[in-house]
Amino acid sequence: MRRLFAAFDMAGYTVQILVKSLWFSIRRPRLKSTMTLMYEGGLKSLLVVAIVALFSGMILCLQTGLQLIQLGQEDLIGALVAQTFAREFGPFITCIILVGTIVSAYTAEIGTMRVSEEVAALEVLSIDPIDYLAAPRVIALAIMTFFLTACADYIGILGGGLVASMQMGVPFGRYLDSAMETLRGGEWFGLPKDVYAGLVKAGFTGGVIGAIGCAQGLTAQGGALGVGRAVRRAVIHSIVLILIISYDFTWLVYRAFMS
Amino acid sequence: MIQIENISVSFGTRHVLRDCSLEVKTGETLVVIGSSGTGKSTLLRVIIGLQVPDSGRVVVDGQSVHDLSSKGLAKLRSRMGYLFQSGALINWLSVGDNVALPLRENTKTPAPEIDRRVDEVLELVGLSGSRHLMPGQISGGMRKRAGLARSLITEPEIILYDEPTTGLDPVTAHIIDRVILDLKEKLKVTSVVVSHDMAGTFRVADRVAMLYDGRIIASGVPDEFRDSGDPLVRQFVTGALEGPLSARGPDGRRKK
Repeated sequence: MRRLFAAFDMAGYTVQILVKSLWFSIRRPRLKSTMTLMYEGGLKSLLVVAIVALFSGMILCLQTGLQLIQLGQEDLIGALVAQTFAREFGPFITCIILVGTIVSAYTAEIGTMRVSEEVAALEVLSIDPIDYLAAPRVIALAIMTFFLTACADYIGILGGGLVASMQMGVPFGRYLDSAMETLRGGEWFGLPKDVYAGLVKAGFTGGVIGAIGCAQGLTAQGGALGVGRAVRRAVIHSIVLILIISYDFTWLVYRAFMS
Repeated sequence: MIQIENISVSFGTRHVLRDCSLEVKTGETLVVIGSSGTGKSTLLRVIIGLQVPDSGRVVVDGQSVHDLSSKGLAKLRSRMGYLFQSGALINWLSVGDNVALPLRENTKTPAPEIDRRVDEVLELVGLSGSRHLMPGQISGGMRKRAGLARSLITEPEIILYDEPTTGLDPVTAHIIDRVILDLKEKLKVTSVVVSHDMAGTFRVADRVAMLYDGRIIASGVPDEFRDSGDPLVRQFVTGALEGPLSARGPDGRRKK
């Protein structure tokens, strides 16, 4: 029972960090530290996101393309890869990579500050740790996830195109036409709905996993061992939340609003 | 004035403070002594509201610390300074930026004025010329002095020192004691100092209190402590090997 209360307590604190981060970022944006965090995390994660997206696009194309060619539907390869990436794969791959590279680092940084009394020092100086530490990280991760997902979408579709044209005999132009055609369906504010929905989902999920990382760091206890435990919890909670948000967001966009 | 009324704190089954009461008058320097693990740092954390007590209350200038709203607590803390044992400097900020942090975050003081104040307090603690160094580049003693400079920059009315001279060489320890005395004499600062250093204690204290087993077992002016007949106090003050402190652990239980 105590564990259940603790879980609700932590969930509430995470939501508080998410909401307060948004509020503090509007009221008093910390542009310099947010930009630094975006550079540190975002730009340095670009290469790994690009490699994973490229190979995921290639594998997806290979696995589905072989089946579609047997059915004589090779024109659908581009559409399938593009839709899968824009709706699910791009945001999912990006978020999972950022959990491993950035969220775990946030928890470790803030957790170490917590156990070495730096967070207490901020409180004593009347500086809200959520404002000073969490808000720039949450906002930076949300923005980074948005842009890295856009990169993952493009690179993944490109990877699929390489396999389609070089190994399956589908001309690159035909693959690309098929991909663009499917993304053009149902535009929202001049953007393809699938791309739009995927990017918004990615940005929101980025903010949530950033808040999870900061919440776990700010509540870490018990020295190096406690920081290690907090990092593990942050990674597990983030991955579970990515899947839940992904499903719920897809349901909202494609069933509730668009059906 | 700080009034500590019947404070008890426990972590799980371990009772750190038991029904602890003390009073610190405005402008007074109270030094709390006691063996490691007797709850001295916890007492300071309770006073500044970092630790919520199981029972009892702390009243600072008529305000009950743990009944204040977060805004009220922030306002009260802006009048207080706290020196952490390790200095607790923010790792990615230079010494100068660490010291300037409270002014930059909480006030609209112009940058040149902040720079002037930073130089002033760094000189006061013997760290002039260190403002561009990072916390990782300086010794533990320098970190502690930088932490002290950070707590002084807002010119607080009350300062809580958690072992300000532990780990410092005797000369630097003397400099810190001089800073504590100067703050009392010139700015009438109220201080609560937690310490093991008896020489420093007798230099700065107006009054001394001894914590043992989570309780205040003795309180008085330094001379009373020097000549105390209490075997616990006498052993702690003289640092004798034999005595009741050696026979009993900090949890109060008799050693086998």
